[in-house]
Amino acid sequence: MKIYLPLDSAAVALGADEIAEAITAEAQKRGVSITLIRNGSRGMVWLEPMAEVATEDGRLAFGPMTLEDVPALFDDLAAHPKALGLTDELDWMRRQTRLTFARCGVIDPLSLHDYELHHGLKGLKRALAMAPAAIVQEVTDSGLRGRGGAGFPTGIKWKTVHDAKASQKYIVCNADEGDSATFADRMLMEGDPLTLVEGMAIAGIAVGATKGYIYTRSEYPIAITQMQKAIQVARAAGILGPRVLDSDYAFDMEVRVGAGAYVCGEETSLLNSLEGKRGVVRAKPPLPALQGFMGKPTVVNNVISLASVPVILERGAAFYKNFGMGRSHGTMALQIAGNVKFGGLFETAFGLSLGEIVNEIAGGTASGRPVKAVQVGGPLGAWFPTSLFDTPFTYEDFAAKDGLIGHAGLTIADDRTDMLKMARFAMEFCAIESCGKCTPCRIGAVRGVETLDRVAAGDPSALPLVADLCNTMKSGSLCALGGFTPYPVMSALTHFPDDFATTRAAAE
Amino acid sequence: MSATPEFGDAGLETLHEILNAHRGMEGALLPILHAVQEAFGHVPQEALPVIAKDLNITRAEAHGVMSFYHDFRENPAGRTVLKLCRAEACQSVGADALADHARGKLGIDWHETTADGAVTLEPIFCLGLCACGPAAMVNGKLVGRTDAAKLDRILEGAR
Ligand SMILES: Cc1cc2nc3c(=O)[nH]c(=O)nc-3n(C[C@H](O)[C@H](O)[C@H](O)COP(=O)(O)O)c2cc1C
Ligand code: SF4
Ligand code: FES
Repeated sequence: MKIYLPLDSAAVALGADEIAEAITAEAQKRGVSITLIRNGSRGMVWLEPMAEVATEDGRLAFGPMTLEDVPALFDDLAAHPKALGLTDELDWMRRQTRLTFARCGVIDPLSLHDYELHHGLKGLKRALAMAPAAIVQEVTDSGLRGRGGAGFPTGIKWKTVHDAKASQKYIVCNADEGDSATFADRMLMEGDPLTLVEGMAIAGIAVGATKGYIYTRSEYPIAITQMQKAIQVARAAGILGPRVLDSDYAFDMEVRVGAGAYVCGEETSLLNSLEGKRGVVRAKPPLPALQGFMGKPTVVNNVISLASVPVILERGAAFYKNFGMGRSHGTMALQIAGNVKFGGLFETAFGLSLGEIVNEIAGGTASGRPVKAVQVGGPLGAWFPTSLFDTPFTYEDFAAKDGLIGHAGLTIADDRTDMLKMARFAMEFCAIESCGKCTPCRIGAVRGVETLDRVAAGDPSALPLVADLCNTMKSGSLCALGGFTPYPVMSALTHFPDDFATTRAAAE
Repeated sequence: MSATPEFGDAGLETLHEILNAHRGMEGALLPILHAVQEAFGHVPQEALPVIAKDLNITRAEAHGVMSFYHDFRENPAGRTVLKLCRAEACQSVGADALADHARGKLGIDWHETTADGAVTLEPIFCLGLCACGPAAMVNGKLVGRTDAAKLDRILEGAR
């Protein structure tokens, strides 16, 4: 009997380890021989911990599992109280286009055999048969844009590094994923780490880099361990090392762990941190592509950007480019979070409307109350009111509404949410996490908190100051931490003026 | 440098083992600080000059790096370190009220340790558990959908 139970952080945080122990104990008690595979999550967080049992018809899902539900896994499965049916037939799964996450939650994450059975290494093998410049061209043609937030075309970045002449080049994977409401990087590293290894190896071959670093967060203990193990598996199999899959290319990588600084997700701050320095943002130019890690040409890409490369190489640029809308090609791993009925990871082509995502896919709030606002793109993203729910999920459409999609995290908040409080939090977060390099960010954010406190106390003269401050931060900040904090603040103010009504406190 | 009684020769030896293990590494300072904190529970004052000398940087530089990052602590933490997520997605499901509950119950504020040395309370900004918040981390263990009752059970165990 083959049982799957995720080792994914969300599943573990909801008790998966205890369920795993109970399954093993129950099997022993009954004298049933089982193989328990700790896989990644399918992304249906509201069903975690979700167990799956392999049957002739496919994998049957059961969840959310409690300890009491364990014994029944060994009885008539159809009668199990948490039976959900075939995993692949679940609505959430059927509606997705899983390209980057095709294997996540399906395979044993550290089994190379499983990985290859599910098309793993095909992209790398094809890349090895191509000229490096042709690999770069393929990525450019796919329309892939950076999934870390800024949406810069990945192929163009790679070309700059490819064309640079240097004794040493690097691939740095940005796995710092600090945005609230995001966990796609984490899920991929935990559930299908070999895909990231493969993507980075392809990047290395394409641009002439022989060394890669994955910079991730100390808040992600399971992802760290999984990545380290996957690197060992890949090394043992000759995927990493002096001769990648017996080719003339060398590539190896290691994992580095940050230390609780949000700003280190910014690529130049990340590079400083990787070099063992304070994570202060560097002025650009020079571009990291030309002078990055240790001053050498460096590709800095998000986990999902790099993990999308294997499928692009395997299926071809045109296949990938065909998905999406406008200039947003391919798929995006939406991370639906906060006060939500069906929260989790949903990979789909660009172009769904925000309303479809929030109401139809995510089922609205968990509290059952009306949705008030959705913050898209993490702590530097704008709050969207329901009146903007027709906005299609693309880079351009969100920018046109004074927002951004960022790393595609969505925080759903119900009607009890005080948007003045959320605006204040945005300023407070910026003040806590500022790297300190520029005054509008370092001091401005502190002033922002004070000024919003005055608004809350009923001072009507403070409101215009908030807007002024935001303008100063926008124009006078070196990076998007100071520069984009105005997005959540001003969107809250613009779309929810009632929450900022200065008469409120006076009337109370 | 002479070792203080608190740090001691054994501490110095551990430190040198750590430094040796990181020799030749590009950008070794953060991995070293992590390893030191792992070994000692904090980064002892006495360790910094030794690390700085080994990496050929100034003491001020080493201190500057250490103080930049929220993770590194100069003083030992309580026996249980409770980290509560304060970020937006967790706020939308009641993280603020939960934090108030924790602070009230423990009688401490963020970054403080209870007088008996049992619990240190730290804020954290996102654990990637945003679809099952409020999220917490208790001595490295992840906790999802943390409510007051769950938190009380955790704190009971920490006494
Ligand atoms: C304050 C701040 C935090 C950021 N955090 C991240 C992050 O956690 N992960 C990430 O991939 N990019 C992050 N970015 C964006 C990076 O600077 C950079 O654009 C990205 O790593 C490039 O990779 P991509 O082109 O594949 O997206 C952040 C930017 C800023 C300004
Ligand atoms: S905007 Fe803030 S975080 Fe960014 S460089 Fe300036 S001070 Fe640093
Ligand atoms: S916002 Fe709390 S875990 Fe992400």
